[in-house]
This record gives sequence, C-alpha cells and structure tokens, in this order.
Amino acid sequence: MAETHSLQDLQQPAVSSKVFVQRDYSSGTLCKFQTKFPSDLESRLDKQQFEETIQTLNNLYAEAEKLCGKSYLEGFLACMTAYTIFLCMETHYEKVLKKIARYIKDQNEKIYAPRGLLLTDPIERGLRVVEITIFEDRSIGSGR
Amino acid sequence: MKNCEYQQIDPRALSVAPLSAQSHAEEKARRPRRKWEVFPGKNRFFCDGRLILARQSGVLPLTLGLIVVTCGLFFAFDCPFLVEHLTVFIPVIGGVLVVFVVTSLLRTSFTDPGILPRATADEAADIERQIDTSGSSTYRPPPRTKEILINQQVVKLKYCFTCKMFRPPRTSHCSLCDNCVECFDHHCPWVGNCVGKRNYRFFYSFIISLSFLTSFIFGCVITHITLRSQAGKSIVQAIQESPASVVELVICFFSIWSILGLSGFHTYLVASNLTTNEDIKGSWSSKRGAEDSGNPYSHNNIIINCCVTLCGPMPPSLIDRRGFVPPDEAVPAAPASEMELPPFTAKSDANMCHQSTKDVLERMLNSSDFHGLCPAGTPKTTPLVQEGPASAPAEPPAGCSRPHERGAAARLCRPLSKHSRRDSLHSINPAFRLASPSPSLSRSALILGDAPNMGFVPLR
Repeated sequence: MAETHSLQDLQQPAVSSKVFVQRDYSSGTLCKFQTKFPSDLESRLDKQQFEETIQTLNNLYAEAEKLCGKSYLEGFLACMTAYTIFLCMETHYEKVLKKIARYIKDQNEKIYAPRGLLLTDPIERGLRVVEITIFEDRSIGSGR
Repeated sequence: MKNCEYQQIDPRALSVAPLSAQSHAEEKARRPRRKWEVFPGKNRFFCDGRLILARQSGVLPLTLGLIVVTCGLFFAFDCPFLVEHLTVFIPVIGGVLVVFVVTSLLRTSFTDPGILPRATADEAADIERQIDTSGSSTYRPPPRTKEILINQQVVKLKYCFTCKMFRPPRTSHCSLCDNCVECFDHHCPWVGNCVGKRNYRFFYSFIISLSFLTSFIFGCVITHITLRSQAGKSIVQAIQESPASVVELVICFFSIWSILGLSGFHTYLVASNLTTNEDIKGSWSSKRGAEDSGNPYSHNNIIINCCVTLCGPMPPSLIDRRGFVPPDEAVPAAPASEMELPPFTAKSDANMCHQSTKDVLERMLNSSDFHGLCPAGTPKTTPLVQEGPASAPAEPPAGCSRPHERGAAARLCRPLSKHSRRDSLHSINPAFRLASPSPSLSRSALILGDAPNMGFVPLR
C-alpha cells in the first residue's frame, strides 16, 4: 500500500461541469430521483451503472420513508412521550440516511472517482438533486 | 514519494503573526462559522443553531403567558378545593395535560418546519439553462411553471424566484420567514413559526391537548363554583370567595370556541391528507364530485391518512444548521472542488492556526496531554511532535481554532470529523488538508486515499 501522490497531481483535477439529477415526483412527495441517464455522462459512465446507483438510492429513501409497523410504533411512542423521545433516540430515517451516506462513499470510491466523477449526497442539497461533479479528464492516478 | 511539490508552510512565518492584534482580529473574523449564522431566511436561532424560530415571533409569549397564568391560577385556587371535595386525580390529570401542551407548543415553535435550503449557484444556473427565457432581463419574467403527473393527476410546480428552484409539490414559500417550506400548512403567529411537514404533528398534538386542557379547566372551575354555591351560599358569594376562578372561566370560555374549532378543522385535514394551504386555495375541491378525492396525496382511507400524517417517519432537517460553512465561500456550490486545495491550504491554515500555534508551542513543552487534543490525530501527531517546535503547526488545531483545553478541542473537533476519524487525519495535516469539514470534502479526501498520509507524514 505504498502508493504515494504528489501534490502536483492532486492540484490537477478541475471541475469541468456539474450534472443535476432531478427529483421524480410521479409517485407523490416521496423522495425519488429520475433514472434518466444524463447525456453529459455518456463519455464517462455506463448507463447501467448510473441507473443502478440511482435505483439503489431510490430504494434506500423508500426504506427510510416506508410506512410499516415499526415506523408507526416509533411515531406512536413519540406521541405518547410528548415527542421528547426524539431528543435521545435516533429516528429510523436518520439511520437510513447514514446508510445512504456510506453507500455514496462506497460508490464514489469504487465507480465514480476512478472515472473522474463525484457524487454528492442529496441531503447536502436539501434532497432536491443528486449532483454529479465532472472533473477534467486527466490521469489522476488514484488507482488502488 | 519522489516528486513532492507540495507547499510547505513555514511555521516561523506563522508564529510571528499571533503577536499582532491585527491578526487576532483577522483570525476572529475567519473562525469557522456555522451555517445557521449565514442562513438567508428570516429566522432566529438559539442554542448554537439547535433551536429555530421565525424572526417575527408573533404572539408566542402571549400564548405561553396565557397558558401559564391560567394553569397557575387553576392549581393555586381551584385544585385545593377540588382535591378536598372530589379526588386527588384532578391536579394529576391537569399536570399531565399541561406538560403535553407546553412540550408540544415548544416543539412546534422551535422545530424546523421543513425548510428547503435555497438552490446553490450551480443548480440555479442549470435550471435557468433548461428554461427558455424570452424577454428582456430588465423586468421579472412571468412565473415559470412546470407540469408533472402525480398519481395520474396534473400538478403544476411553480418556480420560486427567491430560492431559485422549482418548488416540490405541496411546498410553499412563506413570505414572513422568507423560506420555502415543505408541505406548508400555514404560518401560525400563536406559535411564532411556520407549520409544515416536520412540525405538523407537534402542532396537531398541541391544539388537541390544548382543547382537552381548556375543556378540563373549564369543567373543573364550573364544578368548583357549583360545589361552593351548593353549601348554602349563592353563586355570587361563591365567586367572591374564589375570584381567580372567574378569570379562568373567562379565558377558557373565549379560547374554547376557537381551539375546539381549530382542532376539528385540523382533524378533518389530517383525515383527508390536506394542508390548510390547499384547502383554502381549493386545490382539489373541483374534483370532489367526480371522484372519491381529487387529492393525489390522499390514501383514500381515513385511518391510513391519519397514521401517515401523525405517526409516519420523522423526516430530517434539510438545512444543516450546525454544520460549518465551507471556508471558501466564493464557491459555496463546489465544496468538493479539489482545485481549491493549494490556495486554501496556505491561507486557512495560516488563519486557523494562528491562535492555536502559540498554544501548541506552549503545550509542546509539556507534551503529556498533547496527543489528546484531537484523539483522531494521535498516530500522526506524535512523530511530528518529536521533530521539534517547527512542526507544531501541523497539529490538531486545523479547524479547531480556539481550543484551550482538551475538552474544548474534542468538542470542536467532533463536528469537523463527523464522518470518520480518518477524515480528521486528513484535515490535521495542513500540507495536505482538504478544504473544510464539509462531509462531501471528506469523501473527496477518500478519493486521494490513505496513500497521501503515508507520503506526507514527514512534513519536512
């Protein structure tokens, strides 16, 4: 693991452009992103990989917002304790958001970074868009 | 590591600066700010961003005052008599209701209602590109709308000129708070905040429990006066013996109509999964005759609608109030830009490390708890310590600009390394440090991986 980098290399990547994947509201206000493949990414990424990433994100958000017995119980318990329980307990949604953050980190490391792309966690953009930053195509040499 | 061309920071240059007042002021001006301090909406924040309130707090003090006064009078003047003549459960029930009311009220007032952060410059530019603008730029173009299909219903999304984005469905811009709020219900002056997606359940719980409380107090006071007047006295005499009861009666009588009315109205809204905003505008009423409900968000089942609104998952706050503002505010939309690395590295290290450099140098002399300043920094800081004072500025203070004790440092360090200990390692080494504590940056740090750490440990 003796890979080293010169700062010269690190200084290289410049932001070429950004692509924004918008929300898909066809099923209502649930958090879901469009799986339409942006044309700007055609040279860098497989359509299938992109769709897989977005679909997994959509599934994770659906899991966070799922109306199941567990979430009802959490809500009911919160109501009974006059919502003070939220002060000491992490909500189900927050747990899934952490899972999503890990997934995005993982995707960046494995798929997007080697192609000079960077996925930004939608929560940092208010769950409005998935921002994909395209860096200029230099050989960054961040191979692992 | 053969061709390292990274910039080395000369610690001697840094150590001169802290002695001048000018750099102190500069350092103060450059201390990392939390996002709530630069929030563009009209809100007030308390407890370092933990609590949020509208700038116009409306009549919240009046609401609280009325509740406290009425309940105080009740417990002081009516309860003793009723405990003696009826049951001890009366003040107990009253107490439980008061706790519910006050807690719900405070939660409603101080919770983020579901504010949507404004679009970043890049996003706004992207949206502008997608919209055809035909018209001169000297006047505001006509409202832009976008039509989408939700559950086979056509819904128009409006463009918000303030927040520079197309508002998601059910989102509305509150002019009092100057924010777009998700599932915007209304701006309530009594609670001093907007009522939206995140605090609607608290608001509902507040008005329901308040209805019970006012009815309960009203009933108890009537009982009290009746019992008093039954013991051979007239009502007037009874009232004279307990004048506070009259005050309570008046307050409860006038509030009970509005509170009960509001509770009933909101129960109807919850059951049909509507917001006050939609109901007032009649967004779905035109379809009422044709279908079960024209509302595309309704589950067409009262119980499910209620459960979804009141017991559904609690969405997170989208405005990261307590996060730190990326130091390079010129490009707020691109925190992950690695191009910012070199200019930033020298600048912000110089600024952020000024105060702490001196402390660190002092601590070097008694380096027993030095490694404790930033726990994540232990493996890297130790060798640097041994190299002598010159290497001190490389230390933990990156981002912890004013730690004077271990505790303070640990507290400050935590938000910065909020995603992993490893990320704070990157931030510690100034020759390599990535822009900010922003989580997206910490991810970009990972792109560059572990390797740079290995290469950069010896600063010299």
